[in-house]
Amino acid sequence: MGKEIKIALAGNPNSGKTTLFNALTGSNQYVGNWPGVTVEKKEGKLKKHDDVIVEDLPGIYSLSPYTLEEVVSRNYLVTERPDAVLNIVDGTNLERNLYLTTQLTELGIPVVIAINMMDIVRKNGDQIHIQELSRELGCKVVEISALKGTGVQEAAEAAVAAAKSAKTIPMHTFSGPVEHAIAHIEEAELNGVPPEQQRWYAIKIFERDEKVLAQLNIPKQTLDHIELDIKAAEQELDDDAESIITNERYVYIATLMKGCYKKKNAGKMSPSDKIDKVVTNRWLALPIFAGIMFLVYYISVTTLGTVVTDWTNDTLFGEWIQPGVSGFLTNIGAAEWVNSLVVDGIIGGLAAPIGFAPQMAIVFLFLSILEDCGYMARVAFIMDRVFRKFGLSGKSFIPFLISSGCGVPGIMASRTIENEKDRRMTMMTTTFIPCGAKLPVIALIAGFLMGGAWWMAPMMYFSGIIVVILSCIILKKMKIFAGDPAPFVMELPQYHFPSIKGVLLHVWERVWAFLKKAGTILFLCCAAMWFLGSFGIQDGVFGLVDTESSFLAVIGGGIAWIFKPLGFGTWQAVASSLSGFVAKEGIVSTMGVLSGLGEVEEYAVSMHDQFAAFFPTSIAAVSFLLFNMFDSPCLAAISTMSREMGSRKFFWFAILFQNLLAYAVSLMVYQIGGLILGEIAFSAATAAAFLVLAAVLYLLLRRDPNKHPERLPERQAAYTR
Amino acid sequence: MKTLKQAKIGETARVVKLHGEGALKRRIMDMGITKGVDVYIRKVAPLGDPVEVTVRGYELSIRKTEAESIEVQ
Repeated sequence: MGKEIKIALAGNPNSGKTTLFNALTGSNQYVGNWPGVTVEKKEGKLKKHDDVIVEDLPGIYSLSPYTLEEVVSRNYLVTERPDAVLNIVDGTNLERNLYLTTQLTELGIPVVIAINMMDIVRKNGDQIHIQELSRELGCKVVEISALKGTGVQEAAEAAVAAAKSAKTIPMHTFSGPVEHAIAHIEEAELNGVPPEQQRWYAIKIFERDEKVLAQLNIPKQTLDHIELDIKAAEQELDDDAESIITNERYVYIATLMKGCYKKKNAGKMSPSDKIDKVVTNRWLALPIFAGIMFLVYYISVTTLGTVVTDWTNDTLFGEWIQPGVSGFLTNIGAAEWVNSLVVDGIIGGLAAPIGFAPQMAIVFLFLSILEDCGYMARVAFIMDRVFRKFGLSGKSFIPFLISSGCGVPGIMASRTIENEKDRRMTMMTTTFIPCGAKLPVIALIAGFLMGGAWWMAPMMYFSGIIVVILSCIILKKMKIFAGDPAPFVMELPQYHFPSIKGVLLHVWERVWAFLKKAGTILFLCCAAMWFLGSFGIQDGVFGLVDTESSFLAVIGGGIAWIFKPLGFGTWQAVASSLSGFVAKEGIVSTMGVLSGLGEVEEYAVSMHDQFAAFFPTSIAAVSFLLFNMFDSPCLAAISTMSREMGSRKFFWFAILFQNLLAYAVSLMVYQIGGLILGEIAFSAATAAAFLVLAAVLYLLLRRDPNKHPERLPERQAAYTR
Repeated sequence: MKTLKQAKIGETARVVKLHGEGALKRRIMDMGITKGVDVYIRKVAPLGDPVEVTVRGYELSIRKTEAESIEVQ
C-alpha cells in the first residue's frame, strides 16, 4: 500500500455535496468538529479505495476571510494541502457555483469538477459543453447525479488520478493593471513560497486579505511598495482591490458561460418556481408556515413524540428493565444500596439520555426533511423580520417551537442556524420557553393559588416569550455577542424531494452524537444527583436515607438563605428546586415527598395546608414558580447545551446568565409585587429589587456600545475617494 | 441615487455600484451581485422584509438595509 491520498470535497451549500459525500464513502464516515470551532468536520474512506480519504469541507460560496466556514476550508486547503480537490458544482446554478471554482483552481492543487444534477439539467433541455468547460478551466470535468448515483465513481476515480499526476493551472487572468500588480507582488515577496502556491498568495495580498497578511508577516517596507501597486490598480479601475477581483471573476465566468452553456427556455417557470410562488406568497406564506409548524409540533411534541418518550421512560425502563433488574438483585440477595445503585443510579442514569433519543429522532427527521427540501431557507425568509429585531435568526423560530415540548431537542434544533452568535444566543434563551416537564409545576402552583386557573399556563408561555425577547435585547448589547450583524444575504435553494437515505443518515448522526457526547455527561450528572438524593447521614450513620435527610436536603438547607429575598427560603422549597435540575417534573414529586404527602402527581385542594408550609405568601409561590421556569434547565438540557455551545466560556456564561436572570425576575416579582399587594414590608431586599430593576432597564435601553454609526460614513468616504 | 431597495417588485434593475465595505460588501459580491449584473426583484417577504431577487439565474434573499447599499439604474 502506497501513500495515503487525501481528496477534499468542496462546493457551494445546496450543491448536493453531502449526498455526494455519502455516495462516495457509504457508511465509512467519521464525524467530528474542526479544531476549536463548532463547524462540523466529516471524513471517510473512498469506497473500493482503502488508501483514499475524502475530506468533506463545509459548504461555502467563496474563500473570503469573513465567515467561519470559509476560513476553516481555506486553512485546510492551504496548510494541509490535500492531493486533489473534487469540486462539486450545481449544474442548474452554474454561474454562481463556478465562482468558487475560479478560486479553487488558483490554489495549485489539482482540481476535478463534478457537475451535479445533470439529470435535471438534461430534463430542462439545457446543455453544458463539458469539453469546452474543461479546456477553459484547465481541469477535468465529470457529469454526475449524486442523488441517482450516476457518474459518482468516475468522478472519484478522476480525482484519484488527478492526485497522482495532474496539475491544475488557473487559465483565467485578471485585467492588465491587476496582473501587473500581482506580478510585482510575486516578485517582491513570494520567493520563499512554492511556485504553485504563489498565485493564490499574490491574489490574496492584492485583496489585502487580513488573514494572509498576518500569516506571511511581510516587512513593512515591502508592504508599502506593494501598496503602491495596489493603489495604482485601484485608481485605474475605480474600485477597491477586493471588489476588483470579485468583479473580474464574475466577468470571466459570464464570458465562459456564453461558450459552454445553452439554456433552453429562458424565462419559463420551473416547478420549483411554481411551488415558491404559492409557498412564499404574500398572503399564503404565513398560513402555510403556521400549518407546517403546527404539523411538526403536533407530531414531534404532542402526539408521536410523547408516545415514544413515555414508552421508553415508563414502559421500557419503568416497567420492564428497572423492576426486572431490581427483582433479580433482590432474588440473589444483593444489599439494598447495591440494588439502588444499579437500578436507580446506573440504569436510571442510562435511561435519561436514551429516553430522549426517540423524540430527538422524530424532531430531526422533520428538520432534516425541511432542510433538504429547501423549506428551511424559506422559514428564515418569512420569520427574519420578527427575529432579527432581537438579534436572532429567522431560523430560531424552530428551536423555540420545539422547546415548548422539550428543551433538549430544541437546543439540538438550533444547529440549523449558520451564524455562530445567533445559534449560541438561541441556545441560551430557548429553554426559557416552558417545556412539557414544567407544566406539572405550573399546574401545581396554579392549583395552590388560583384553584387551577386555566390561564396560568398560557401566562407562563407568554412570560417565557417576553423573557426571551428581553434577554436577547440585553445580550445583543453585551461584548460577548458584539460584532457586525450577520449579513442576511441568503440563497433560497430550489425545492426538491429530499433523499431518504440522506435524511435517515442525518437523523442517525445527530441522535448518535447526542447519545455519545451529551449522554455521557448526563449519565454522570444523573448518577451524582441520585447519590445526593438517596444518601445522607441519618442518626449519625451514613447510608441510604429518606429524602428529608439526604445530602440534597442538607445542601438545600445550607443554601436556603440565598432564596430568602425571593420569598421561598425554606429548605423544602430549595431542595425541590435542586431536584428540578435532574428533571423539572421532579420538582412536584420532591415537593410531595417533603411535605409528607408522598407521591404527588397533581394538586388537590386537600393538600393546601401542606403546601402552605412551603410558601408563607401567595406572591412567594409565584416567585418560586418563576424561578423554576427561568433558571438553568434540567441536566439533560444543560449537557446538550455544553456540547452544542462548543465553548466552555459561552457555556458557563449561559449557565450564569440563566440563573442570575431567574433570580432577578423572582426578586423583582416577589419584592416589588409583594409590596404593591401589601404582603410584605419594605426591606433592604426591596431596595435591592428596585436597584435590579433599574439595572435591567439600563441594560435594555442603553445605546448599543458596540455600534459606531458615526464611523461608517468616514470609512465609506475613504473608499470612494 | 437609486438603490435596490427602491426598485419595485417585478422590475429588473442593473447594478451600478456597491457601497459599504468589508464583510457585508464582499458577501453581497460573492453571491453574484456585482457591477453591471441584472437583478430581478421577485417578491417581498410576507412581513415586508427581506426581499427575494433573482440574480445570475438563482434566488437570493436580501434585507432591505442591505439592498440600500446597492446602487442601481
